[in-house]
Amino acid sequence: MKKSKSILTSTVVASALVMQGTLSSAQKGPSANISSAEEIRPFHVSIPESALVDLRKRILATRWPEKETVTDQSQGVPLATIKELAHYWATDYDWRKIETKLNTIPQFVTNIEGLDIHFIHVRSKHRNAMPLIIAHGWPGSIIEQLKLIDPLTNPTRYGGKAEDAFDVVIPSMPGYGFSGKPTSTGWGPERMARAWDVLMKRLGYTHYVAQGGDWGAFVVDFMGVQAPTGLLAIHTNMPGTVPPDIDKAAFSGEPTPSGLSAEEKHAYEGLAFTYKHLAIYQMMAGRPQTLYGLADSPVGMAAYMLDHGDHDGEPAAAVIAALNRTSSPTGELTKDEILDNITLYWLTNTAVSASRLYWEYKGGFFNPKGVNIPVAVTVFPGEQYQAPRNWTERAYPKLIYYNIVDKGGHFAAWEQPLILAQEVRAAFKSVR
Amino acid sequence: MMFMVATTLQCLRGAGQIDYANTKSSGTIRPFHVSIPAADIKDLRKRIKKTRWPDKETVADQSQGVQLDKLKEFVHYWRTKYDWRKAESKLNSLSQFVTTIDGVEIYFIYVKSRQPSALPIIITHGWPGSVFEFLKVIGPLTDPAAYGGNAEDAFDVVIPSIPGFGFSGKPTGTGWGPEHIARVWAELMKRLGYSRYVAQGGDWGSPICYSMAHLKPDGLLGIHVNLPSAVPAEVVAALGTGKTPAGLSNEEQLVYESLVAYAKSGSSAYNAMMTARPQTIGYGVTDSPVFLAAWLLVHPGFAQWTYGRDPEKFPTRDDVLDDITLYWLTNSGASAGRIYWENMGRGITGAAAQKTLDITLPVAITVFPDDVYRAPESWARRAYQNLIYFHEVDKGGHFAAWEQPQLFAEEVRAAFKSLR
Repeated sequence: MKKSKSILTSTVVASALVMQGTLSSAQKGPSANISSAEEIRPFHVSIPESALVDLRKRILATRWPEKETVTDQSQGVPLATIKELAHYWATDYDWRKIETKLNTIPQFVTNIEGLDIHFIHVRSKHRNAMPLIIAHGWPGSIIEQLKLIDPLTNPTRYGGKAEDAFDVVIPSMPGYGFSGKPTSTGWGPERMARAWDVLMKRLGYTHYVAQGGDWGAFVVDFMGVQAPTGLLAIHTNMPGTVPPDIDKAAFSGEPTPSGLSAEEKHAYEGLAFTYKHLAIYQMMAGRPQTLYGLADSPVGMAAYMLDHGDHDGEPAAAVIAALNRTSSPTGELTKDEILDNITLYWLTNTAVSASRLYWEYKGGFFNPKGVNIPVAVTVFPGEQYQAPRNWTERAYPKLIYYNIVDKGGHFAAWEQPLILAQEVRAAFKSVR
Repeated sequence: MMFMVATTLQCLRGAGQIDYANTKSSGTIRPFHVSIPAADIKDLRKRIKKTRWPDKETVADQSQGVQLDKLKEFVHYWRTKYDWRKAESKLNSLSQFVTTIDGVEIYFIYVKSRQPSALPIIITHGWPGSVFEFLKVIGPLTDPAAYGGNAEDAFDVVIPSIPGFGFSGKPTGTGWGPEHIARVWAELMKRLGYSRYVAQGGDWGSPICYSMAHLKPDGLLGIHVNLPSAVPAEVVAALGTGKTPAGLSNEEQLVYESLVAYAKSGSSAYNAMMTARPQTIGYGVTDSPVFLAAWLLVHPGFAQWTYGRDPEKFPTRDDVLDDITLYWLTNSGASAGRIYWENMGRGITGAAAQKTLDITLPVAITVFPDDVYRAPESWARRAYQNLIYFHEVDKGGHFAAWEQPQLFAEEVRAAFKSLR
């Protein structure tokens, strides 16, 4: 039903893209000589061994500060935590495993508004699969979404039905992973939203849906605001629903307003906690370029990225728990996955370029953005705040789905891929 | 580690200047000599050379932070031309000491005037500064006659490093905010045998001076600050709500607008970061010299700094590198940041936050026009009940002593004249 336009059958180009993982060379690469600017080129990850050797060398040569002066995480990622992770990273961690995994998945790049956009594109074998674009956030990447691919494209293997199948498109945001790095301003979530629509149209999809959390939630919200032709609905696991007065009170750290329901009170407390833990984002919003150490020090970068919080702590309780998990039958987050993501940032040298997204965006965070197309929302208990149904209904006048699940948090796709996949199926059932 | 090496190498120079009779048994004061192992300097150069850089900022100004090309040029100089040994010689030509107070070794420069009537003064640096900021004011303060002043304006100068900074020790527990440091400074002056003295500070030195004034230790006659806490409570509140307060004079209105612009421009991001997560940012600044340099240079006090391009303008490139290199060699990127965490986000410029109205001791203020904010006299009068001196000078900024040493010394002399 949906046809893809110009996916290059020639894989010649692919080898030209094989390098550091940064797309800077791809941008200048042979594609310029090929006729269509809208060309879609296959992409293959192949990090030079020297980059991995250099990374390990740098980790082992880390100059450490003394221990924090507290016995908790209130000054940041504790020394013992990061030292243990760094030791594993330098000695036992194997990047080639994730590289191999990525290379079993069809990946492409295409130039949108002068920037090479890397994306995963997996088609379902089922007919009438619904095209779905999934948007990641910070400090995430396509690595967060990998465990969603099979359950979404191949639902019958996971207790779903053939008619629940999706074609899955997972792009890397500009400045992130294997996508190009913007060299000028303007690449905020609004522009990414437009770019993701361009991408879906370029893939030949005339009807599609979008899903996102973290920055991906902003991107899909703005896709909803822009409402391009063919976008049927969005699903978000970090909805923007907070009424302005509540948001303001939570931000200024005022005591819980009176007259809130138990659900609203819980949401308020989550917001207040989140707003007390904004420093790492304020830094990126204020002076992203000053974070030179995120490019120069693997440990400095890892600590910064680990310090993203969730409802249950800063660093995120789910991430800290994952550091002690080596495997999981249900796909829960593991230590290797944390390092896969961190290593991807390192090898593509994107920690600073990724930070600039915070500088670019000047709008509100959890406020309603004005989405008037159909919206589906899943509330995860470990998310920054748990959007109450009444706020959600008010924020999204065309709310087609609202569900509270019992497990998972801010990194929903990463933490509970099967639950999120189930939610995505249920969320979009009515728009197929 | 390096610190241990340095302290064990005691230099006898300066030892004779200590008035040991007055130190009694309250704690030993040991001479201190800086001697950084050559291996540390070599390692620093190696790390700078191996820097992995991010891509260039996407703007043509400083709005995203320290600019890539400027920083690259600066650190190239750091690696190839800059000579730490000169800085070390400068320090070692002064009498330096350490003494342990509340379990933390406190490093200080201590230069006595030849004038018997000299007034003792303790001068406190801030972040991203150090004792280096004050080297050029030591001469004018201890020997004013040689710098166009009068002999009776002389000071005995004590310049300590804040715990966690420079050659002072690093606290291993909490509780080392401005109040605690103020108590330690009082103990230091007592240990030096002073029964009458004054205190001076800018940046963190300013709340430390206020804390000393609140504490009113025996012998403290008054304080002089060059970063006054004078912003009225209603203006602080207005900065939060975004509603311009009514009744501001033209001068106050301009200052208010500059405060709004400051808050909006992301200038305080570094402050938010260290207030909340000093350890997290500490890893990168400890491991990457380039990051440390950028992290210190992002302070708004450097916003107008031309990286030493103007040789007539202090601080020079070498001055700033002395300071940055001191942070690097003492590995104090993380420990220095903790003073923000300890302070728990209390406003430095807000009068209410610093409880300025409770200060009964004499307060003197000099406003340097290019500082992060330019306190109007009207606000200072409201904030301090015992304001003995207020003067706005015509040049200089956040690092007043570093930028305008002569002017700074003149101000300190004038400020304390009535207290002698």
